[in-house]
Amino acid sequence: MKTIAALLHEHPFFAGMKDEYIQLIAGCAVNHIFNQGEYIAKESDAADYFYLIRNGRVSIETSQPNYGAVILQTLQDGDICGWSWLFPPHCWTFDAKAQTKVHTIKLDGRCLRGKCADDTQLGFDLMQRFARIMTERLQATRLQLLNIYGRPENNKDQEI
Amino acid sequence: MIPDIFYVKRRTEEYPGTFTLHIKKKDDQPQTSFQPGQFNMLYAFGAGEVPISMSGAPHSTSVYIHTIRTVGLTTQALERLREGDQLGVRGPFGRGWPVEKTTGKTIVIIAGGLGLAPLRPLIYHLLSKNRDATDIHIFYGAKSQPEMLYSDELKNWAQQLTLQTSVDMATPGWQGNVGAVTSLLTTAKIDPENTIAFICGPEVMMRFAIQELIKKNLPRTSIYLSMERNMKCATGHCGHCQWGPTFICKDGPVFCYEEIHDWFHRTEV
Amino acid sequence: MKARSATSFILPSDKLNSLIHSLQQAGYQVVGPVIVDQAIIYDQIKSADDLPQGWTDEQEAGRYRLKRRQDAAYFGFNVGPNSWKKYLQLPRRQVWQAHKTADGIEIEPVNAAITPLAFLGVRSCELHAIAIQDRVFLSGEYHNEDYKQRRQSIFTVAVNCTQAAATCFCTSMNTGPAVSLPCDLEITEIINDNEHYFLLRSGSEKGQLILQQLPVTPATSAHQQQEKTAINQAEKQMSVGPRVFDSSDLQALLYRNYENPLWSDIAQRCLSCANCTMVCPTCFCSSVEDTTDLSGDHAERWEQWDSCFTADFSYIHGGSVRPDTRSRYRQWMTHKLATWHEQFNTSGCVGCGRCIAWCPVGIDITEEIVRFQESDTP
Repeated sequence: MKTIAALLHEHPFFAGMKDEYIQLIAGCAVNHIFNQGEYIAKESDAADYFYLIRNGRVSIETSQPNYGAVILQTLQDGDICGWSWLFPPHCWTFDAKAQTKVHTIKLDGRCLRGKCADDTQLGFDLMQRFARIMTERLQATRLQLLNIYGRPENNKDQEI
Repeated sequence: MIPDIFYVKRRTEEYPGTFTLHIKKKDDQPQTSFQPGQFNMLYAFGAGEVPISMSGAPHSTSVYIHTIRTVGLTTQALERLREGDQLGVRGPFGRGWPVEKTTGKTIVIIAGGLGLAPLRPLIYHLLSKNRDATDIHIFYGAKSQPEMLYSDELKNWAQQLTLQTSVDMATPGWQGNVGAVTSLLTTAKIDPENTIAFICGPEVMMRFAIQELIKKNLPRTSIYLSMERNMKCATGHCGHCQWGPTFICKDGPVFCYEEIHDWFHRTEV
Repeated sequence: MKARSATSFILPSDKLNSLIHSLQQAGYQVVGPVIVDQAIIYDQIKSADDLPQGWTDEQEAGRYRLKRRQDAAYFGFNVGPNSWKKYLQLPRRQVWQAHKTADGIEIEPVNAAITPLAFLGVRSCELHAIAIQDRVFLSGEYHNEDYKQRRQSIFTVAVNCTQAAATCFCTSMNTGPAVSLPCDLEITEIINDNEHYFLLRSGSEKGQLILQQLPVTPATSAHQQQEKTAINQAEKQMSVGPRVFDSSDLQALLYRNYENPLWSDIAQRCLSCANCTMVCPTCFCSSVEDTTDLSGDHAERWEQWDSCFTADFSYIHGGSVRPDTRSRYRQWMTHKLATWHEQFNTSGCVGCGRCIAWCPVGIDITEEIVRFQESDTP
């Protein structure tokens, strides 16, 4: 069986990170499996952890009255789930649910916050990795907002 | 150039407002084979002519398949055609996907919405070759599950090749990915030395997809995309489909990104 | 100027009708310059009397006026709002007709009978324009059959320009003023104190056959010297400007300046009226229109000239790709002077100056070129 440090190394989120930091982070990490349908996070609950998805699909959801859960986005192998642990008040802003059986590495945010405060180099490295993911998700969300596949209003001909 | 007369052999509804016509030449005469990525000009009697991509099997000389979205008077007239009804056809026209460059390569196909239609002949071509089909990766994005083309075929493809789909809006019961199709690419593993990518969809989606591929060091020479402009004559004479130095109808619709990247990122060209 | 190897002949000016009649005898309908609505346009010519003898055209940006000459020159003007393209790429023509039949539909081409035409008075810039349209319609995988047939049946009588309008800039585009492309007959009109004659040269077998029928005498070296002087006169007029510029680098210049704010400045003046594209002898864009009769059983397709300045031109579902005047003018000028090279291995501009004279607000393509050159930072 692989060590947690080896699993962290393999995950795209930590690609190229210094071994020293990986070892440090591994101290805050454990393997965790979610069964299909299980909630990984619930809106407004304390966000003490974040997850590296090793395999499986996670949906980010919110619910509306009379409509039920609306899936905003799904995450899969190689993605990370959760950054609410980084910022006060450290509460989840959306629900996260396992759509399939999901193998994760669960990282303890409280532990990591302490390590980042002690070693700002580590903090900066980690923050850069999160910022890149946030940028990608923002970009993808903007693309979703454009409704690019929508039917045009005007009555003219087009090619497909 | 005068259209040949064809008739509708079969008509299927993909989803409301989008339909597929299987058409055959009058008297069932043999038809010209085509290259994946080429298009036909379809003439609805008295209403007009529209360029529509080939979406059937290439080298088939018995039937052409076209998937059409109703957006204007001509496509509305085509929508009214029923089995047995006739239409005019000119084509095939244009430069298609470079199928000769696919040998020995990992294939990445990125399709958005109706953009799957012009890619389907390429997929058929690849599946007809004796190759490892799991090395064909299709990323298909649509607005929602009901607006995905060829849903039965997608299920079959999922068994044979590596298919990932994503929708912008999850409808109740949708169990798949939600998010921009380009999000699927961010975690995809691509070997830049040995991969060739084919993209078709809304221009903005193609720009984002190309960004992701370039981030993964895929060279511009390994990226191909299909462009859309106002094609009228299809023979390079009417000027309507000009795009920078190119005529989409004869120099495209498929271009290598390397050849056109300067123009691709300019607006109002 | 090209080497003039063919033998030159002299035709007295009062014998010009012999040329027109010989062409008619050979089966051509002669078309050439005539005055209509105070402009010199191209139309049918029955005799030399139809020609605008003694008239010239005074041109400037946004201005065109006919004016009496001091002499009786037949070709003492330059170019008007028409070009020969109206006879080769018809402004409007039916392409096909379709019918509903008992068992479906049928479509048949409409092939208009083509009358062989003799173009009388083709300027060098216009020969270049025809050659450019030949590349558009006849050089690719698909040929425009209607154009091809019309083009094959014409006879060209080219005229060397011995004067230049203020709007002319053929020397900057290397297309004139001396006839520099093949034609069937080449003529130069010479008027001096006591003589008025045409110098003639044949450029083809067809031309030779016509020439043989004319009451001509061999030209002397003195005549040829007079011709040279006359053509040099036109060159000199253009060389003193202001429409002289270096055209060698226009393609790269316009590519470098695709986002130059000057485009917005031009758009402030441009009305998007499409006049420049209609008078341009090389602009080739067209659109088609499909119609049915009231019964719905008969349909027609018509092709007509179109312009990249219209909103519909670049329409794809949802809107125009080029939504404003800035992008449309940029398309027109960049196409003419830059992308045309990549498409057809030639410039799309022959320096005839029509777009300058017929622009209602006097936008001058040569002035804009110079402004781009001045603001350019390579």
